[in-house]
Amino acid sequence: MAKKIPEIPSASLADIAFMLLIFFLVTTTMDVDSGLERRLPQWVDPEQLEDDQQIKERNVFVVLVNRNNQLLVEGEYAQIDNLRERAKEFMANPTNDESLPEKEPQQIPYFGETMVTKGVISLRNDLDTQYGTYIAVQNELVAAINELRDELARDEFGEPYDELERDKQEAIRDVYPSRISEAEPKKVD
Amino acid sequence: MSKFKDTGKKEIPPISTASLPDIVFMLLFFFMVSTTMREVTYMVDITLPEATELSKLEKKSLVSYIYVGEPLKQYQSTFGVAPRIQLNDQFANVSDIQDYVIAEREARDEAERPMMITSLKVDENTKMGIVSDIKQELRKSAALHINYSSRQKVER
Repeated sequence: MAKKIPEIPSASLADIAFMLLIFFLVTTTMDVDSGLERRLPQWVDPEQLEDDQQIKERNVFVVLVNRNNQLLVEGEYAQIDNLRERAKEFMANPTNDESLPEKEPQQIPYFGETMVTKGVISLRNDLDTQYGTYIAVQNELVAAINELRDELARDEFGEPYDELERDKQEAIRDVYPSRISEAEPKKVD
Repeated sequence: MSKFKDTGKKEIPPISTASLPDIVFMLLFFFMVSTTMREVTYMVDITLPEATELSKLEKKSLVSYIYVGEPLKQYQSTFGVAPRIQLNDQFANVSDIQDYVIAEREARDEAERPMMITSLKVDENTKMGIVSDIKQELRKSAALHINYSSRQKVER
């Protein structure tokens, strides 16, 4: 008669699994990395840099941050709290104000001929500005453009911007381009 | 009438542990799926700034990290308290960034290289001077897609 093969003891299986579990608890992290996504401009050799790109005064929204983390928006002191509103007003220019940026007509799918702003937001900081303040300002500027896009998406398509199809998102991006220029830092007094 | 009569002392049966491995394995798989491996050991102290307009870093394999902050206590005697750059597992200088970016790029598949993102994990009390230097180096090495790592702001 054939001998019965004895069963493999499974009492230690739990211990082995616990060991693996603890290993993974220790070596891994839970947090999902997230942050402000930006694109840097191409590197240009400083010697080749020509100052022929003349942009009209009314088309630039100047934000300066000094070493004491104070804000100077369009030549006057400002608070971070109302920066978003002002940036939105600048980029949208709903009343075609003379002091706010010009618009030029462009052919955009879904919208037809639309007036697109020529405005540029220029952010300049001091070498001693705190990184936290810089991110807060960037965040407000990005938020302003995101809010404008979202409002347009709701008006035009009845859906929030994030849920639109890719080509509709692209059309909206053409209407409200994200033009935040980060100039090289200078001493700002 | 002995049907309902308690016949002698009954022992409480021990709780079966046969399902214990299954339960633990379930936990194990949960943690394996929902967490990610630590990339490096931090040698600098980083408190990320807060922001609201966040986008997630979807593909971990395409991200390379640059850490900036004050060195931790145990390194302060050698490296001082001024904010330093950490690349991989060691302190680095601004001039090392170009080499680092090239090395990271070489490690990736050619098809994936255009989609690479550099994540800047910078302490919120760092001065912008060092961050600007890093940005200039990244521009020189054509790593233009960056992500300023930050925490979700809690609305009050």
